[in-house]
Amino acid sequence: MYFGKGHSACYGCPLPIAVRNVLEALEGKCFVVNPTGCLEIISSQYGKSAWGVPYIHSTFENAPSVASGIAAALEVLGREDEGHVVVFAGDGATADIGVGYLSSMLHRNDNVLYICLDNEAYMNTGNQQSSQTPFGAHTTTTPAGRVIPGKVLRRKDMVAFALAHGIPYVATASVAFPRDLRRKAKRAVEFRGAKYIHVHCPCPTGWYFDPSKTIQVAKLAYETALFPIVEFEYGRLVRVRKIKKRKPVEEYLKVQGRFRHLFKHPEGSKIIAELQRIADENAVRYGLDA
Amino acid sequence: MRISLGAVSRPLESLENKTGSWAVRVPKIDVERCVGCGECYMFCPDGCIEMVQIENRRIAKVDYDYCKGCGICSEICPANAIEMIEKVIE
Amino acid sequence: MRKVVRGFYAIAYAVKLCRPNVICAYPITPQTEIVENLAEMYANGELENCKYITAESEFEAASILVGASAAGARTFTATCSQGLILMSEVLLNAAGMRLPIVIVNTNRALSAPLSIWPDLQDSMLLRDGGIIQIYIEDNQEAHEMIPQAYKIAESTMFPIMVCMDGFKLTHAYEPVDLLDQETVDNFLPPYDPPIKLSVKNPLTFGSYAPPDCYMEFRYKMHKDMINAKKTIEKVFREWAEIKNDWGGMIEYKEGRTVLVALGSLISTIKEVAKEMGLGYLKVRTYRPFPAEEIREVLKDCDNVIVFDRAVSFGYEGVLTIDIRNALYGESPDIYSFIVGLGGRDVPKTLIEKCVSKVMSGKAKRYSFEGLKEFEEVLY
Repeated sequence: MYFGKGHSACYGCPLPIAVRNVLEALEGKCFVVNPTGCLEIISSQYGKSAWGVPYIHSTFENAPSVASGIAAALEVLGREDEGHVVVFAGDGATADIGVGYLSSMLHRNDNVLYICLDNEAYMNTGNQQSSQTPFGAHTTTTPAGRVIPGKVLRRKDMVAFALAHGIPYVATASVAFPRDLRRKAKRAVEFRGAKYIHVHCPCPTGWYFDPSKTIQVAKLAYETALFPIVEFEYGRLVRVRKIKKRKPVEEYLKVQGRFRHLFKHPEGSKIIAELQRIADENAVRYGLDA
Repeated sequence: MRISLGAVSRPLESLENKTGSWAVRVPKIDVERCVGCGECYMFCPDGCIEMVQIENRRIAKVDYDYCKGCGICSEICPANAIEMIEKVIE
Repeated sequence: MRKVVRGFYAIAYAVKLCRPNVICAYPITPQTEIVENLAEMYANGELENCKYITAESEFEAASILVGASAAGARTFTATCSQGLILMSEVLLNAAGMRLPIVIVNTNRALSAPLSIWPDLQDSMLLRDGGIIQIYIEDNQEAHEMIPQAYKIAESTMFPIMVCMDGFKLTHAYEPVDLLDQETVDNFLPPYDPPIKLSVKNPLTFGSYAPPDCYMEFRYKMHKDMINAKKTIEKVFREWAEIKNDWGGMIEYKEGRTVLVALGSLISTIKEVAKEMGLGYLKVRTYRPFPAEEIREVLKDCDNVIVFDRAVSFGYEGVLTIDIRNALYGESPDIYSFIVGLGGRDVPKTLIEKCVSKVMSGKAKRYSFEGLKEFEEVLY
């Protein structure tokens, strides 16, 4: 067992779904680096570790660097065939506090598979916004107020960020498609160098939807083109998951409590229109419509 | 109480934490309808579903010691073979 | 082989002899040349089984070494001042995780105002974190300290910081008896940690500890730090068999009045003490603090004069606080002079002036010495 039962994730949490599938795809031959966040807290309490693979937690922002160090040590000590160095990091650790260190690791092209588990906010500390929180979403630090209806900033494009470093493999994936995630993990480790996979992980607790609907919500994110599922090798777009019949963004927004205010606030319709524009842009940019 | 060097933990001690006590509803697998596709096994966040061989079929089996009753398996089962029922607590 | 070298070369050469596996550092004056020398050795193929990683900040350098050390590699970094403070989160994390990373800290003053010149404020700030701290006096000592630092760190499983004055030592040319590979190989075995990241034994490093067990971990850390004193003494004694003039955790010369200091200042103090017939106390191991040993040697003298190069703002000199605490209840009068901040020179005449102030009864409990006349203005 690579990731055990008995961890204390919320009902319907997508993070263990992603972790289990990646670890199984790599047959547990992994050195896992995990910064502070939901995954770390639910799985690495002293005396209650859920990890069946070697694991290290250092600080919130230094996971990419710790991974670099492990990769270097394995190389120098002739132990590289023992396992792959895999980082499971939240969006806060990846795109905010650790983005500089991620950049450095990608720049060095260290032999590390970096997987960002994106639940679009700092969920572990109670749903504060991150740079991956979507435009218009309610979080505790971008609340849906009378004057300002949720987050006013866009998302950082982490795919473009990773591609800017010229690394061999960049992809997005979703917990809605575990077989695709498994295939991408296996494909990524065929390359030597830095690999980046951004996994969409809808959080029932923070996005306010029923825990049994996690997978449906993840599917809607893909079907509305708000979360494109794409794959790049050496900077070239090699595969996208096409959308047979694209759904309007309202279908995705209306099932989540964090967007509920958009349907009542006077500015709400403008925000929804902007989100639709972002989705349309994604569809054109990646050629998502079948 | 064991105090390790540098707060290092042994693997898989989480298994002592029987999260099944969290569940209010639990999934019931209809073995007749189950087609053994393994989707529920892939999606279960708590790794509570395993595919077992019963006669010559592959069937899903739930580990109720750890199942939190989130209901994802019931939602995604393509054969509609999983129903969430109220948990009976003795 | 005796050569006239600069301090940073003596350090880099010693590190090479210790066969490090992962070297990662970020440039900061005056440590830069240490890593430049190591980079050159690496590029020339002189470092076997070693990877030299260029990091983008000191924080990153320390983080890379946490990963490498946890995976079982022997590691090295060098930093000071702003860089040390930046990596302090990771160093304290490494101390808690009991990773034996060797850090050379080329003591440099802290901003603001910006200064690249030496004083001890930077390392003193981290004295409470669980990192072993050694202060050395000259380049020969720095060179010989490196293999011992690895042995101490890897036996006690604590990170260790070897502190040497920036510029005064790092850039000074001194004749140094350079060690040879055989001596170091015989003294320092290969790094074989009791636990490490490994697929065969998949442990979880860096767990979080709720209130029901956190305190026990910190107690264990403290207990192990106190016990580290025995290991440090043992390693020093082992080295003294190789190099006869190597001392212990403290070096002491008796006197009715004893001058106390850390770092290169002690060289000047030794000369003044010899001329004026006074005693001196060199504190080599600062953490774990050799409180009993200091109490034992100082308890019967009349005056103790501590020369501090770091201030606990709002209180007094940092070393003084520790010395006063060690001597509480004993008879000596303890005086403190704060000197040499930000690279201000501390010549013999200044030390002599401080001593005569004490002797003539004009010294206060503590004072800053060597200040110039100035007027306080807004801008």
